[in-house]
Amino acid sequence: MINRGFYTLFYKETLRFYKVALQTILAPIITTLLYFLVFSHVLKDRVMVFEDLSYTSFLIPGLVMMTIIQNAFANSSSSLIQSKVTGNIIFLLLTPLSYVEFYMAFILAAMVRGLVVGIGVFLIVICFVSVPVHSYAFLFVFALLASAVLGTLGIIAGIWAEKFDQLAGFQNFIIMPLSFLSGVFYSIHSLPAFWQMVSHLNPFFYMVDGFRYGFFGVSDTSPWISLVLIALAFAGLAKFAIKLLKQGYKLRH
Amino acid sequence: MTAAILINNVKKSYGSLDALKGIDLTINRGEFFGLLGPNGAGKSTLINIIAGLANADAGSVSVLGHDVVVDYRQARQALGVVPQELVFDAFFSVREVLKIQSGYFGLGKENDVWIDELLEALALTDKASVNMRALSGGMKRRVLIAQALVHKPEVVILDEPTAGVDVELRKLLWGFVEQLNQKGHTIVLTTHYLEEAEKLCDRIAILNHGEVIALDTKASLLQSEICSKLHLIIKTAEPIEQLPDALAPSIRDKIKHLDGCQMRLELDKDKDVIVDVLAAIANAGIKVVDLETERADLEDVFIELTSKKASS
Repeated sequence: MINRGFYTLFYKETLRFYKVALQTILAPIITTLLYFLVFSHVLKDRVMVFEDLSYTSFLIPGLVMMTIIQNAFANSSSSLIQSKVTGNIIFLLLTPLSYVEFYMAFILAAMVRGLVVGIGVFLIVICFVSVPVHSYAFLFVFALLASAVLGTLGIIAGIWAEKFDQLAGFQNFIIMPLSFLSGVFYSIHSLPAFWQMVSHLNPFFYMVDGFRYGFFGVSDTSPWISLVLIALAFAGLAKFAIKLLKQGYKLRH
Repeated sequence: MTAAILINNVKKSYGSLDALKGIDLTINRGEFFGLLGPNGAGKSTLINIIAGLANADAGSVSVLGHDVVVDYRQARQALGVVPQELVFDAFFSVREVLKIQSGYFGLGKENDVWIDELLEALALTDKASVNMRALSGGMKRRVLIAQALVHKPEVVILDEPTAGVDVELRKLLWGFVEQLNQKGHTIVLTTHYLEEAEKLCDRIAILNHGEVIALDTKASLLQSEICSKLHLIIKTAEPIEQLPDALAPSIRDKIKHLDGCQMRLELDKDKDVIVDVLAAIANAGIKVVDLETERADLEDVFIELTSKKASS
């Protein structure tokens, strides 16, 4: 039986973003569609990525993954910072919820938000462009893992940040650049050797690349390597986040 | 019988500030306990440690026998805390807030009846579906109380629950809390309104500079040396420049303050007879036009104890 305390927190975190769906679901879908519209229109005849694949089709998995990444992060981080700044986090800290339940509820709600927005983008664009699916298993695993990693990063950032601008810094100087430069708009094989090497240091690159493999069966790096790296990153970050929650770092003084 | 709250040598420092310097305190089950002290005395720090919102540097705290660190789940299940700050979640309505809080404690639909009772008792029924943002300060305060009680905790801590609250709500609140106490809930109250503590609490601890400087029943505190004093304030017809020589030395010694037409005397309520004192004053040629008496109350005990400690 699912623990009711955990389920309530998960439900509350999901309800929280659902209540402001215009901002948390619709707005990011529109933004991503605008990227899609502009980039596919401007670059479709100029950029050659994989053989037999139009740039417009190539763009879709990357944009969907970028949306998942950004929204999963936004959900857990903004919920935590808001409760901390307004002080109502006290009502969560006073409950008998365990650290693991706390962590699981936040990350699952973040995954739901990331996936809902990602699926929303995907369903709209496939009305206009045909995209093949090579492996549903890879698609699901990469979408789930990437949203879990970002949900966890959101928890860590939300715990660490004391003010909204610190969180905005985390989002704008780390999450945004790394997701933009992860090969969403290009294949890293088109980059000079040095930048290819740098791209391999970007963890988001493996999320986009593996996800793209799920669609096309083609990728810059072996999807298995990407899978292992992301799974390891997830395990490490999850352990770290649970440790912070257990210590009460910046939550219990 | 297990204590409601057992605090054992709890210490806490923030940098060079020793917020709590080794607190030992036992709060019994069913008590209405007052925790008093000036600002910065360490009351909130102590409450935060009991509630698990802060970690003690040393010592231990248990709630109904459950250590607040090791058995935190059981300890928190037994405890309800009404925080001092007016905090709220702007995303939800009053009922949603209470149902969510109830769910955190593992309670589902079976708790809906109690939620309705709480709404009723705190006069919130007609606000149940209103968003928290739209409530007045007093209403938000009531929701905080309902949130703290939603899981029917045996031990309830109220941290300054009436700060900035109007008289009507204060009456409603105390009526409700007294009822809870009568039903067997242990109540721990911190307040700045000493008359509230005097009216409600069975036992009182006074905290100052991170130490317990007094711990006794309300009756004993009020029977202390400070409370054996009675103040007699006299208004005279003419301003008094100098006390007349005819005034007996035993009366002169009792005058603690003299300012124009006003004279303040400190009497021993068990030994001095007011009529005799007044007669002695009249005999010395001072014409009294008005008088009032003031009995020492908890506030005087509080001021005496906290200022004594500060000057020592």
